[in-house]
Amino acid sequence: MGAVRVLVGTRKGAFVLTSDAKREQWDVEGPLFAGWEVYHLKGSPADPNRLYASQSTGWFGQLIQRSDDAGASWHPMGNEFAYEGTPGTHQWYDGTQHPWEFARVWHLEPSQSDPDTIFAGVEDAAIFRSTDGAKTWHELPGLRNHPSGASWQPGAGGLCLHTILIDPTDEARMYAAISAAGVFRTDDAGQTWAPVNKGLRSQGIPDQDAEVGHCVHRIAMHPSRPNVLFMQKHWDVMRSDDSGDTWREISGNLPSDFGFPIDVHAHEPDTIYVVPIKSDSEHFPPDGKLRVYRSRTGGDEWEALTNGLPQSDCYVNVLRDAMAVDSHDPCGIYFGTTGGQVYASADSGDSWAPIVRDLPAVLSVEVQTFP
Amino acid sequence: MIRVELPAHLRTLADVEREVELQIVGQVTQGRILDALEAQYPMLRGTVRDHVTQQRRPFIRFFACGEDLSHESFDAPVPDAVSSGSEPFSIVGAMAGG
Repeated sequence: MGAVRVLVGTRKGAFVLTSDAKREQWDVEGPLFAGWEVYHLKGSPADPNRLYASQSTGWFGQLIQRSDDAGASWHPMGNEFAYEGTPGTHQWYDGTQHPWEFARVWHLEPSQSDPDTIFAGVEDAAIFRSTDGAKTWHELPGLRNHPSGASWQPGAGGLCLHTILIDPTDEARMYAAISAAGVFRTDDAGQTWAPVNKGLRSQGIPDQDAEVGHCVHRIAMHPSRPNVLFMQKHWDVMRSDDSGDTWREISGNLPSDFGFPIDVHAHEPDTIYVVPIKSDSEHFPPDGKLRVYRSRTGGDEWEALTNGLPQSDCYVNVLRDAMAVDSHDPCGIYFGTTGGQVYASADSGDSWAPIVRDLPAVLSVEVQTFP
Repeated sequence: MIRVELPAHLRTLADVEREVELQIVGQVTQGRILDALEAQYPMLRGTVRDHVTQQRRPFIRFFACGEDLSHESFDAPVPDAVSSGSEPFSIVGAMAGG
């Protein structure tokens, strides 16, 4: 087994953490893009030396950076994210209509097979694609132009498209998750999209079973079983066994089913991880104890993982893109906190140790695993 | 030569010192300064004015000769001292915390 590279986006720059397969000793490089918010970095599955980063500030807007040499050097790429056609409006917090306005790129999802093809999930919610290595970006307008688009309303963090999943067995099938609209699926490489939210119930909307309007925080899949999806919703942890067509709740014995990230073990498709958070207004762990919960049964039955994690006076949050897994055996699990810690487990979650403790607030964590 | 002073983050991005010099023929306006700046340093496109609206980004300010020119028209001539190069045109990130 080879090295592991952890890509960390924070409120004030990016950091790259590297280790050998033991995952005990870590080198920390950074901050890259110091002073900028780095919502997300991700490497291309087709070329692990190709890295992409989303860099932004309220002052200077959005930049996209690309590295072709595993992060040794970075180059600013195209940063024009123009909505296709006349953008129109969506619903604002107060129920009025509000023009679609680009704010930032939340998530970058490189193609599984082509290093030059990459998707960007943005706020206000839309999906863009580049096929020239991020030099130029073009919206896939079929998503935002869905008939429900004008009814989409921002979550507390903005109207953000924060998750993009590509089916590894059929790249034409993708999922996009939007706060607070829900999950949408395309089967034709992004030309058309349909909401796949049946079974979700949300108390914060007038029709609790509505087709759209659900504040989905994160979805995850195992590459060997792409028809099974897991979801951390605003409240409720959910599962779909039919590619999102229907969902059922799997919160089971969790101390709180509110939270942000959810991820799947690299080698066990029914082993999943969440980080329960007390409530929608108290974004910290219940009882001041930072606990990752693991289910080995695909949901419903959960165990607390606490070994090495603070079990008193801990009031950090773990954001939706801030958990990732490596593909070594045993599987490594990683997550970052708003308190600037990045925790790692090299034994599928049984024990944890901080790689770093004092970074800026962590926005995202991704892992690259080398054979 | 027009002298343009950049904020720290944009200096890093463009890999330049505090000031850059731009050659502008004819009347010098804010819009033409930005056109020349973006032509010479393409990585700055979108960071000072919005790609789509071409408006100044909300937390960017333009100062020159002790005056705030942020709300002047992009087509208005800049002060003679800027046109002659004796004073810089300053692009400033507004004081907004963070």
